[in-house]
Amino acid sequence: MLTRRTLLPLLLLMLALPGHAAERSITVASTTSTENSGLFGYLLPIFQKKTGIEVRVVAVGTGQAIKLAQNGDADVLFVHHKPSEEKFVAEGYGVTRFDVMYNDFVIVGPKADPANVRGGHDAAAALRAIAEAKAVFASRGDDSGTHKKEQGLWRTASIDAVADSGQWYRETGSGMGATLNAAAGMGAYTLTDRASWIAFANKADLELLVEGDKHLFNQYGVTLVSPSRFPHIKAADGQAFIDWLIAPEGQKAISEFRVDDQQLFFPNASKAGS
Amino acid sequence: MTDLTAAFALALDMLLRFDPDLLEIVGLSLQVSLSAVGLAALIGLPLGAAVALFRFPGRLAINALLTAFMGLPPVVVGLIVYLLLSRAGPLGILGLLFTPAAMILAQCLLITPIIAALSAQTVADLHEEYDEQLRSLAAGPGQTLVTLLWDGRFRLLTAILAGFGRAVAEVGAVMIVGGNINHATRVMTTAIALETSKGNLALALALGIILIALALGVNLAAMAIRDAARVRYG
Repeated sequence: MLTRRTLLPLLLLMLALPGHAAERSITVASTTSTENSGLFGYLLPIFQKKTGIEVRVVAVGTGQAIKLAQNGDADVLFVHHKPSEEKFVAEGYGVTRFDVMYNDFVIVGPKADPANVRGGHDAAAALRAIAEAKAVFASRGDDSGTHKKEQGLWRTASIDAVADSGQWYRETGSGMGATLNAAAGMGAYTLTDRASWIAFANKADLELLVEGDKHLFNQYGVTLVSPSRFPHIKAADGQAFIDWLIAPEGQKAISEFRVDDQQLFFPNASKAGS
Repeated sequence: MTDLTAAFALALDMLLRFDPDLLEIVGLSLQVSLSAVGLAALIGLPLGAAVALFRFPGRLAINALLTAFMGLPPVVVGLIVYLLLSRAGPLGILGLLFTPAAMILAQCLLITPIIAALSAQTVADLHEEYDEQLRSLAAGPGQTLVTLLWDGRFRLLTAILAGFGRAVAEVGAVMIVGGNINHATRVMTTAIALETSKGNLALALALGIILIALALGVNLAAMAIRDAARVRYG
Protein backbone atom coordinates (compact mmCIF):
# COMPACT_ATOMS: atom_id res chain seq x y z
CA MET A 1 0.00 0.00 0.00
CA LEU A 2 2.98 2.25 0.41
CA THR A 3 3.01 3.51 -3.16
CA ARG A 4 -0.71 4.08 -3.52
CA ARG A 5 -1.08 5.78 -0.15
CA THR A 6 1.67 8.24 -0.85
CA LEU A 7 1.15 8.66 -4.56
CA LEU A 8 -2.51 9.61 -4.70
CA PRO A 9 -2.46 12.56 -2.31
CA LEU A 10 0.69 13.72 -4.05
CA LEU A 11 -1.07 13.70 -7.41
CA LEU A 12 -4.10 15.52 -6.04
CA LEU A 13 -1.80 18.08 -4.49
CA MET A 14 -0.13 18.68 -7.82
CA LEU A 15 -3.46 19.16 -9.52
CA ALA A 16 -4.44 21.69 -6.91
CA LEU A 17 -1.29 23.73 -7.35
CA PRO A 18 -1.99 26.81 -9.43
CA GLY A 19 0.38 27.12 -12.34
CA HIS A 20 1.41 30.63 -11.54
CA ALA A 21 -0.75 32.82 -9.42
CA ALA A 22 -0.88 36.47 -10.42
CA GLU A 23 -3.31 38.97 -8.99
CA ARG A 24 -3.94 40.69 -12.31
CA SER A 25 -3.05 39.36 -15.70
CA ILE A 26 -4.10 39.82 -19.29
CA THR A 27 -3.56 37.60 -22.30
CA VAL A 28 -2.11 39.15 -25.44
CA ALA A 29 -2.27 37.36 -28.78
CA SER A 30 0.79 38.48 -30.70
CA THR A 31 3.28 37.51 -33.34
CA THR A 32 6.43 35.46 -33.22
CA SER A 33 8.52 38.45 -34.34
CA THR A 34 7.75 40.48 -31.21
CA GLU A 35 8.25 37.53 -28.87
CA ASN A 36 11.26 35.88 -30.53
CA SER A 37 13.18 39.14 -30.88
CA GLY A 38 12.99 39.62 -27.12
CA LEU A 39 10.89 42.81 -27.27
CA PHE A 40 8.24 41.52 -24.89
CA GLY A 41 10.90 40.16 -22.56
CA TYR A 42 12.16 43.76 -22.35
CA LEU A 43 8.88 45.68 -22.24
CA LEU A 44 6.64 43.57 -20.03
CA PRO A 45 8.67 43.71 -16.81
CA ILE A 46 8.73 47.52 -17.10
CA PHE A 47 4.96 47.61 -17.55
CA GLN A 48 4.31 45.10 -14.77
CA LYS A 49 6.51 47.02 -12.34
CA LYS A 50 4.51 50.17 -13.00
CA THR A 51 0.99 48.71 -12.99
CA GLY A 52 1.17 45.30 -11.32
CA ILE A 53 -0.48 43.76 -14.39
CA GLU A 54 1.15 40.60 -15.69
CA VAL A 55 0.98 40.29 -19.47
CA ARG A 56 0.82 36.74 -20.82
CA VAL A 57 1.85 36.55 -24.43
CA VAL A 58 0.70 33.82 -26.77
CA ALA A 59 3.05 34.25 -29.73
CA VAL A 60 1.69 32.81 -32.98
CA GLY A 61 1.35 34.00 -36.58
CA THR A 62 -0.88 37.01 -37.24
CA GLY A 63 -3.57 34.81 -38.81
CA GLN A 64 -3.76 32.52 -35.79
CA ALA A 65 -3.52 35.46 -33.37
CA ILE A 66 -6.57 37.08 -34.99
CA LYS A 67 -8.41 33.76 -34.84
CA LEU A 68 -7.64 33.45 -31.11
CA ALA A 69 -8.91 36.98 -30.50
CA GLN A 70 -12.04 36.33 -32.58
CA ASN A 71 -12.83 33.41 -30.28
CA GLY A 72 -12.43 35.67 -27.26
CA ASP A 73 -9.34 33.80 -26.10
CA ALA A 74 -7.18 36.92 -25.74
CA ASP A 75 -7.77 40.36 -24.24
CA VAL A 76 -5.50 42.29 -26.58
CA LEU A 77 -4.41 41.73 -30.18
CA PHE A 78 -0.89 42.97 -31.07
CA VAL A 79 -0.01 42.07 -34.66
CA HIS A 80 1.28 43.47 -37.96
CA HIS A 81 -1.15 43.34 -40.82
CA LYS A 82 -3.21 46.52 -40.88
CA PRO A 83 -5.90 45.40 -43.38
CA SER A 84 -6.67 42.28 -41.31
CA GLU A 85 -6.70 44.32 -38.10
CA GLU A 86 -9.08 46.88 -39.57
CA LYS A 87 -11.34 44.07 -40.72
CA PHE A 88 -11.18 42.64 -37.20
CA VAL A 89 -12.40 45.97 -35.78
CA ALA A 90 -14.99 46.51 -38.53
CA GLU A 91 -16.54 43.11 -37.85
CA GLY A 92 -17.03 44.09 -34.22
CA TYR A 93 -14.36 41.88 -32.64
CA GLY A 94 -12.12 44.77 -31.63
CA VAL A 95 -12.70 48.20 -30.11
CA THR A 96 -10.15 50.54 -31.70
CA ARG A 97 -6.87 49.88 -33.45
CA PHE A 98 -3.81 51.97 -32.61
CA ASP A 99 -0.51 52.21 -34.44
CA VAL A 100 2.30 51.30 -32.04
CA MET A 101 5.57 50.93 -33.91
CA TYR A 102 7.11 49.87 -37.17
CA ASN A 103 10.14 48.27 -38.61
CA ASP A 104 10.68 46.84 -42.05
CA PHE A 105 10.89 43.60 -43.95
CA VAL A 106 14.06 42.55 -45.70
CA ILE A 107 14.90 39.83 -48.21
CA VAL A 108 17.68 37.54 -47.08
CA GLY A 109 19.31 34.79 -49.08
CA PRO A 110 22.43 32.71 -49.62
CA LYS A 111 25.82 34.45 -49.93
CA ALA A 112 26.23 33.02 -53.44
CA ASP A 113 23.08 34.93 -54.48
CA PRO A 114 22.16 32.87 -57.57
CA ALA A 115 19.38 35.32 -58.57
CA ASN A 116 21.76 38.25 -58.29
CA VAL A 117 19.54 40.50 -56.18
CA ARG A 118 22.17 41.82 -53.74
CA GLY A 119 22.01 45.53 -53.06
CA GLY A 120 18.60 46.03 -54.66
CA HIS A 121 15.98 48.35 -53.21
CA ASP A 122 12.99 47.04 -55.18
CA ALA A 123 11.43 44.01 -53.46
CA ALA A 124 9.11 43.05 -56.33
CA ALA A 125 11.96 43.20 -58.84
CA ALA A 126 14.07 41.02 -56.55
CA LEU A 127 11.28 38.43 -56.29
CA ARG A 128 10.91 38.48 -60.07
CA ALA A 129 14.65 37.79 -60.44
CA ILE A 130 14.40 34.94 -57.93
CA ALA A 131 11.47 33.41 -59.84
CA GLU A 132 13.24 33.77 -63.18
CA ALA A 133 16.38 32.11 -61.83
CA LYS A 134 14.16 29.44 -60.21
CA ALA A 135 16.27 30.02 -57.11
CA VAL A 136 14.84 28.38 -54.00
CA PHE A 137 12.55 30.67 -52.00
CA ALA A 138 11.23 29.71 -48.55
CA SER A 139 7.77 31.09 -47.88
CA ARG A 140 6.10 31.17 -44.46
CA GLY A 141 2.96 29.74 -46.04
CA ASP A 142 1.10 30.13 -42.73
CA ASP A 143 -1.21 33.11 -43.24
CA SER A 144 0.98 35.23 -40.94
CA GLY A 145 1.52 38.96 -41.38
CA THR A 146 4.84 38.26 -43.07
CA HIS A 147 3.22 35.72 -45.36
CA LYS A 148 0.47 38.19 -46.33
CA LYS A 149 3.13 40.81 -47.06
CA GLU A 150 5.02 38.33 -49.23
CA GLN A 151 1.86 37.40 -51.14
CA GLY A 152 1.26 41.10 -51.82
CA LEU A 153 4.80 41.47 -53.18
CA TRP A 154 4.34 38.51 -55.55
CA ARG A 155 1.13 40.14 -56.81
CA THR A 156 3.03 43.38 -57.41
CA ALA A 157 5.64 41.39 -59.32
CA SER A 158 2.83 39.67 -61.32
CA ILE A 159 4.18 36.22 -60.53
CA ASP A 160 2.12 33.23 -59.44
CA ALA A 161 4.73 31.66 -57.20
CA VAL A 162 2.31 29.19 -55.61
CA ALA A 163 1.97 27.50 -59.02
CA ASP A 164 5.57 26.34 -58.51
CA SER A 165 5.03 25.30 -54.91
CA GLY A 166 7.17 22.30 -54.12
CA GLN A 167 9.58 23.22 -56.92
CA TRP A 168 11.71 26.31 -56.26
CA TYR A 169 8.91 27.86 -54.15
CA ARG A 170 8.84 26.11 -50.78
CA GLU A 171 6.05 26.80 -48.29
CA THR A 172 7.28 25.85 -44.83
CA GLY A 173 3.93 26.44 -43.13
CA SER A 174 5.70 27.49 -39.94
CA GLY A 175 6.92 30.47 -37.95
CA MET A 176 9.59 33.00 -38.92
CA GLY A 177 12.34 31.29 -36.97
CA ALA A 178 11.53 27.85 -38.35
CA THR A 179 11.40 29.31 -41.85
CA LEU A 180 14.77 31.03 -41.37
CA ASN A 181 16.17 27.72 -40.14
CA ALA A 182 14.78 26.05 -43.26
CA ALA A 183 16.15 28.79 -45.53
CA ALA A 184 19.57 28.45 -43.88
CA GLY A 185 19.42 24.70 -44.44
CA MET A 186 18.29 24.90 -48.08
CA GLY A 187 20.29 27.94 -49.11
CA ALA A 188 16.99 29.65 -49.91
CA TYR A 189 15.86 33.26 -50.16
CA THR A 190 13.15 34.38 -47.78
CA LEU A 191 11.26 37.47 -46.65
CA THR A 192 11.66 38.27 -42.96
CA ASP A 193 10.96 41.17 -40.64
CA ARG A 194 14.19 42.88 -39.64
CA ALA A 195 13.72 42.21 -35.92
CA SER A 196 13.47 38.44 -36.38
CA TRP A 197 16.47 38.56 -38.72
CA ILE A 198 18.73 40.51 -36.37
CA ALA A 199 17.80 38.40 -33.37
CA PHE A 200 18.07 35.10 -35.27
CA ALA A 201 21.08 33.12 -34.08
CA ASN A 202 21.45 30.49 -36.83
CA LYS A 203 22.10 32.66 -39.89
CA ALA A 204 24.59 30.15 -41.33
CA ASP A 205 25.19 31.12 -44.97
CA LEU A 206 22.36 33.67 -45.16
CA GLU A 207 22.90 37.39 -45.75
CA LEU A 208 20.69 40.43 -45.89
CA LEU A 209 20.37 41.20 -49.62
CA VAL A 210 17.45 43.56 -50.29
CA GLU A 211 16.19 46.39 -48.08
CA GLY A 212 14.91 49.95 -48.19
CA ASP A 213 11.84 49.51 -50.44
CA LYS A 214 8.93 51.55 -49.07
CA HIS A 215 6.71 48.56 -49.84
CA LEU A 216 8.65 46.67 -47.16
CA PHE A 217 7.28 48.89 -44.41
CA ASN A 218 6.00 46.82 -41.48
CA GLN A 219 3.47 48.49 -39.19
CA TYR A 220 2.46 46.97 -35.85
CA GLY A 221 -0.91 47.77 -34.33
CA VAL A 222 -2.64 47.02 -31.05
CA THR A 223 -6.37 46.48 -30.49
CA LEU A 224 -8.49 45.76 -27.44
CA VAL A 225 -10.79 42.78 -28.01
CA SER A 226 -14.40 43.92 -27.70
CA PRO A 227 -15.75 43.55 -24.15
CA SER A 228 -19.30 44.05 -25.42
CA ARG A 229 -18.87 40.98 -27.58
CA PHE A 230 -17.00 39.00 -24.93
CA PRO A 231 -18.01 40.03 -21.38
CA HIS A 232 -15.07 38.16 -19.81
CA ILE A 233 -12.49 40.36 -21.56
CA LYS A 234 -10.35 42.23 -19.05
CA ALA A 235 -11.07 45.57 -20.67
CA ALA A 236 -9.64 47.92 -18.03
CA ASP A 237 -6.29 46.13 -17.69
CA GLY A 238 -6.09 45.50 -21.44
CA GLN A 239 -6.72 49.14 -22.17
CA ALA A 240 -4.12 50.10 -19.54
CA PHE A 241 -1.55 48.07 -21.49
CA ILE A 242 -2.55 49.70 -24.79
CA ASP A 243 -2.50 53.17 -23.22
CA TRP A 244 0.97 52.56 -21.83
CA LEU A 245 2.28 51.27 -25.17
CA ILE A 246 1.16 54.35 -27.10
CA ALA A 247 2.03 56.86 -24.36
CA PRO A 248 5.47 58.53 -24.33
CA GLU A 249 6.70 56.13 -21.65
CA GLY A 250 5.91 52.96 -23.61
CA GLN A 251 7.11 54.50 -26.86
CA LYS A 252 10.42 55.40 -25.24
CA ALA A 253 10.82 51.86 -23.90
CA ILE A 254 10.21 50.45 -27.40
CA SER A 255 12.87 52.71 -28.87
CA GLU A 256 15.34 51.72 -26.17
CA PHE A 257 15.10 48.00 -26.89
CA ARG A 258 18.30 46.89 -28.60
CA VAL A 259 19.75 43.65 -29.93
CA ASP A 260 23.43 43.75 -30.84
CA ASP A 261 23.32 47.55 -30.44
CA GLN A 262 20.64 47.80 -33.11
CA GLN A 263 17.20 49.29 -32.61
CA LEU A 264 14.63 46.73 -33.81
CA PHE A 265 11.34 48.62 -33.52
CA PHE A 266 10.57 52.29 -34.14
CA PRO A 267 7.69 53.81 -32.16
CA ASN A 268 5.15 55.77 -34.21
CA ALA A 269 1.96 55.92 -32.19
CA SER A 270 -0.33 58.83 -32.88
CA LYS A 271 -2.91 59.81 -30.29
CA ALA A 272 -5.96 58.99 -32.37
CA GLY A 273 -6.81 55.43 -33.25
CA SER A 274 -6.97 54.45 -36.89
CA MET B 1 29.49 19.44 -34.47
CA THR B 2 30.19 22.65 -32.56
CA ASP B 3 26.50 22.96 -31.68
CA LEU B 4 26.49 19.40 -30.36
CA THR B 5 29.42 19.89 -28.01
CA ALA B 6 28.19 23.35 -27.03
CA ALA B 7 24.82 21.81 -26.17
CA PHE B 8 26.33 19.38 -23.67
CA ALA B 9 28.38 22.15 -22.08
CA LEU B 10 25.30 24.40 -21.87
CA ALA B 11 23.13 21.66 -20.39
CA LEU B 12 25.72 20.96 -17.72
CA ASP B 13 26.16 24.65 -17.03
CA MET B 14 22.42 25.30 -16.60
CA LEU B 15 22.07 22.28 -14.32
CA LEU B 16 25.02 23.24 -12.15
CA ARG B 17 23.86 26.83 -11.83
CA PHE B 18 20.33 25.72 -10.91
CA ASP B 19 19.13 28.22 -13.50
CA PRO B 20 15.84 29.53 -12.02
CA ASP B 21 14.07 29.76 -15.40
CA LEU B 22 15.11 26.20 -16.15
CA LEU B 23 13.89 24.94 -12.77
CA GLU B 24 10.53 26.65 -13.31
CA ILE B 25 10.11 25.03 -16.72
CA VAL B 26 11.24 21.62 -15.49
CA GLY B 27 8.88 21.92 -12.51
CA LEU B 28 5.91 22.75 -14.71
CA SER B 29 6.75 19.93 -17.13
CA LEU B 30 6.75 17.45 -14.26
CA GLN B 31 3.64 18.91 -12.66
CA VAL B 32 1.66 18.78 -15.90
CA SER B 33 2.82 15.38 -17.14
CA LEU B 34 2.69 13.61 -13.77
CA SER B 35 -0.80 14.97 -13.12
CA ALA B 36 -1.87 13.83 -16.58
CA VAL B 37 -0.40 10.39 -15.93
CA GLY B 38 -2.17 10.18 -12.55
CA LEU B 39 -5.53 11.03 -14.07
CA ALA B 40 -4.99 8.82 -17.09
CA ALA B 41 -4.07 5.90 -14.82
CA LEU B 42 -7.21 6.38 -12.73
CA ILE B 43 -9.27 6.12 -15.92
CA GLY B 44 -7.11 3.87 -18.07
CA LEU B 45 -6.29 1.04 -15.65
CA PRO B 46 -9.90 0.12 -14.74
CA LEU B 47 -10.97 0.68 -18.35
CA GLY B 48 -8.22 -1.56 -19.68
CA ALA B 49 -8.96 -4.24 -17.09
CA ALA B 50 -12.68 -4.11 -17.85
CA VAL B 51 -12.03 -4.54 -21.56
CA ALA B 52 -9.75 -7.51 -20.82
CA LEU B 53 -12.05 -9.27 -18.35
CA PHE B 54 -15.66 -8.66 -19.23
CA ARG B 55 -17.80 -9.59 -22.20
CA PHE B 56 -20.10 -6.72 -23.04
CA PRO B 57 -21.56 -5.25 -26.23
CA GLY B 58 -19.09 -3.03 -28.05
CA ARG B 59 -16.12 -4.55 -26.25
CA LEU B 60 -14.28 -5.37 -29.46
CA ALA B 61 -14.94 -1.90 -30.83
CA ILE B 62 -13.63 -0.27 -27.66
CA ASN B 63 -10.58 -2.50 -27.73
CA ALA B 64 -9.87 -1.59 -31.34
CA LEU B 65 -10.40 2.12 -30.62
CA LEU B 66 -8.05 2.07 -27.62
CA THR B 67 -5.34 0.37 -29.63
CA ALA B 68 -5.77 2.72 -32.57
CA PHE B 69 -5.83 5.79 -30.29
CA MET B 70 -2.46 4.83 -28.85
CA GLY B 71 -1.18 6.71 -31.88
CA LEU B 72 -3.36 9.82 -31.54
CA PRO B 73 -1.55 12.79 -33.07
CA PRO B 74 -0.85 15.28 -30.25
CA VAL B 75 -1.62 18.26 -32.47
CA VAL B 76 -5.12 16.88 -33.18
CA VAL B 77 -5.75 16.31 -29.48
CA GLY B 78 -4.53 19.86 -28.85
CA LEU B 79 -6.88 21.23 -31.47
CA ILE B 80 -9.87 19.35 -30.05
CA VAL B 81 -9.11 20.51 -26.51
CA TYR B 82 -8.60 24.06 -27.80
CA LEU B 83 -12.01 24.04 -29.49
CA LEU B 84 -13.59 22.67 -26.30
CA LEU B 85 -11.93 25.17 -23.97
CA SER B 86 -11.97 28.22 -26.22
CA ARG B 87 -14.25 31.00 -25.04
CA ALA B 88 -16.26 30.29 -28.16
CA GLY B 89 -16.41 26.57 -27.31
CA PRO B 90 -18.72 24.54 -25.07
CA LEU B 91 -16.43 24.64 -22.02
CA GLY B 92 -15.20 28.21 -22.59
CA ILE B 93 -16.99 29.45 -19.51
CA LEU B 94 -14.41 27.64 -17.34
CA GLY B 95 -11.65 29.94 -18.57
CA LEU B 96 -9.15 27.09 -18.62
CA LEU B 97 -7.47 27.83 -21.96
CA PHE B 98 -3.78 28.78 -21.67
CA THR B 99 -3.51 27.29 -18.15
CA PRO B 100 -1.66 24.20 -16.89
CA ALA B 101 -5.08 22.57 -16.31
CA ALA B 102 -5.76 22.68 -20.06
CA MET B 103 -2.36 21.08 -20.71
CA ILE B 104 -3.07 18.33 -18.17
CA LEU B 105 -6.42 17.63 -19.84
CA ALA B 106 -4.85 17.41 -23.31
CA GLN B 107 -2.05 15.10 -22.20
CA CYS B 108 -4.51 12.97 -20.23
CA LEU B 109 -6.63 12.45 -23.36
CA LEU B 110 -3.49 11.63 -25.30
CA ILE B 111 -2.20 8.92 -22.97
CA THR B 112 -5.33 7.34 -21.50
CA PRO B 113 -5.64 5.02 -24.54
CA ILE B 114 -1.99 4.01 -24.18
CA ILE B 115 -2.37 3.11 -20.52
CA ALA B 116 -5.72 1.40 -21.11
CA ALA B 117 -4.58 -0.67 -24.10
CA LEU B 118 -1.32 -1.77 -22.49
CA SER B 119 -2.98 -2.61 -19.18
CA ALA B 120 -5.71 -4.57 -21.00
CA GLN B 121 -3.01 -6.83 -22.38
CA THR B 122 -1.30 -7.20 -19.01
CA VAL B 123 -4.56 -7.94 -17.21
CA ALA B 124 -5.60 -10.47 -19.86
CA ASP B 125 -2.33 -12.35 -19.36
CA LEU B 126 -2.75 -12.26 -15.59
CA HIS B 127 -6.31 -13.48 -15.88
CA GLU B 128 -5.12 -16.62 -17.64
CA GLU B 129 -2.64 -17.29 -14.84
CA TYR B 130 -5.09 -16.67 -12.03
CA ASP B 131 -8.29 -17.97 -13.63
CA GLU B 132 -8.54 -21.18 -11.62
CA GLN B 133 -7.70 -19.54 -8.36
CA LEU B 134 -10.29 -16.81 -8.87
CA ARG B 135 -12.88 -19.39 -9.81
CA SER B 136 -12.22 -21.44 -6.66
CA LEU B 137 -12.68 -18.25 -4.60
CA ALA B 138 -15.94 -17.57 -6.50
CA ALA B 139 -14.74 -13.99 -6.98
CA GLY B 140 -17.28 -11.57 -8.47
CA PRO B 141 -16.42 -9.41 -11.49
CA GLY B 142 -15.56 -6.33 -9.43
CA GLN B 143 -13.43 -8.32 -7.06
CA THR B 144 -11.64 -10.01 -9.97
CA LEU B 145 -10.84 -6.65 -11.53
CA VAL B 146 -9.47 -5.14 -8.33
CA THR B 147 -7.51 -8.27 -7.46
CA LEU B 148 -5.88 -8.50 -10.88
CA LEU B 149 -5.02 -4.79 -10.98
CA TRP B 150 -3.51 -5.02 -7.52
CA ASP B 151 -1.59 -8.21 -8.21
CA GLY B 152 -0.40 -6.83 -11.52
CA ARG B 153 0.64 -3.45 -10.14
CA PHE B 154 4.32 -3.98 -10.77
CA ARG B 155 3.77 -5.08 -14.37
CA LEU B 156 1.27 -2.27 -14.94
CA LEU B 157 3.96 0.23 -14.04
CA THR B 158 5.33 -0.27 -17.54
CA ALA B 159 2.03 0.91 -19.02
CA ILE B 160 2.05 3.96 -16.79
CA LEU B 161 5.66 4.79 -17.64
CA ALA B 162 4.86 4.47 -21.35
CA GLY B 163 2.10 7.02 -20.81
CA PHE B 164 4.44 9.34 -18.93
CA GLY B 165 7.04 9.12 -21.68
CA ARG B 166 4.50 10.10 -24.29
CA ALA B 167 3.12 12.95 -22.17
CA VAL B 168 6.39 14.56 -21.22
CA ALA B 169 7.77 14.34 -24.76
CA GLU B 170 4.83 15.72 -26.75
CA VAL B 171 4.83 19.31 -27.94
CA GLY B 172 1.90 19.61 -30.34
CA ALA B 173 -0.92 19.55 -27.81
CA VAL B 174 0.58 21.69 -25.04
CA MET B 175 1.71 24.29 -27.58
CA ILE B 176 -1.88 24.84 -28.72
CA VAL B 177 -3.75 24.66 -25.43
CA GLY B 178 -1.01 26.11 -23.22
CA GLY B 179 0.23 28.82 -25.59
CA ASN B 180 3.87 28.51 -24.43
CA ILE B 181 3.42 31.56 -22.18
CA ASN B 182 6.58 32.52 -20.33
CA HIS B 183 6.33 31.92 -16.55
CA ALA B 184 2.84 30.47 -16.99
CA THR B 185 2.58 27.56 -19.41
CA ARG B 186 6.06 27.10 -20.84
CA VAL B 187 7.26 23.50 -20.50
CA MET B 188 10.40 21.74 -21.69
CA THR B 189 9.13 20.75 -25.12
CA THR B 190 7.62 24.14 -25.99
CA ALA B 191 10.78 25.86 -24.73
CA ILE B 192 12.82 23.61 -27.03
CA ALA B 193 10.56 24.50 -29.98
CA LEU B 194 10.89 28.21 -29.14
CA GLU B 195 14.69 28.18 -28.87
CA THR B 196 14.88 26.24 -32.14
CA SER B 197 12.77 28.89 -33.85
CA LYS B 198 15.04 31.59 -32.45
CA GLY B 199 17.95 29.77 -34.05
CA ASN B 200 19.50 29.01 -30.65
CA LEU B 201 20.15 25.42 -31.68
CA ALA B 202 22.72 24.67 -28.98
CA LEU B 203 20.44 25.95 -26.21
CA ALA B 204 17.49 24.02 -27.68
CA LEU B 205 19.52 20.84 -27.76
CA ALA B 206 20.77 21.47 -24.21
CA LEU B 207 17.16 21.64 -23.05
CA GLY B 208 16.51 18.45 -24.99
CA ILE B 209 19.34 16.68 -23.21
CA ILE B 210 17.94 17.80 -19.87
CA LEU B 211 14.46 16.58 -20.86
CA ILE B 212 15.80 13.17 -21.78
CA ALA B 213 17.74 13.02 -18.51
CA LEU B 214 14.57 13.97 -16.67
CA ALA B 215 12.56 11.19 -18.32
CA LEU B 216 15.34 8.76 -17.51
CA GLY B 217 15.33 9.93 -13.89
CA VAL B 218 11.58 9.45 -13.52
CA ASN B 219 11.80 5.96 -15.01
CA LEU B 220 14.70 4.97 -12.77
CA ALA B 221 12.90 6.31 -9.71
CA ALA B 222 9.70 4.44 -10.61
CA MET B 223 11.61 1.22 -11.13
CA ALA B 224 13.52 1.66 -7.87
CA ILE B 225 10.24 2.15 -6.00
CA ARG B 226 8.84 -0.92 -7.73
CA ASP B 227 11.81 -3.08 -6.80
CA ALA B 228 11.82 -1.86 -3.21
CA ALA B 229 8.09 -2.54 -2.90
CA ARG B 230 8.51 -5.93 -4.51
CA VAL B 231 11.10 -6.94 -1.95
CA ARG B 232 8.86 -5.70 0.85
CA TYR B 233 5.51 -7.01 -0.28
CA GLY B 234 6.54 -9.78 -2.63
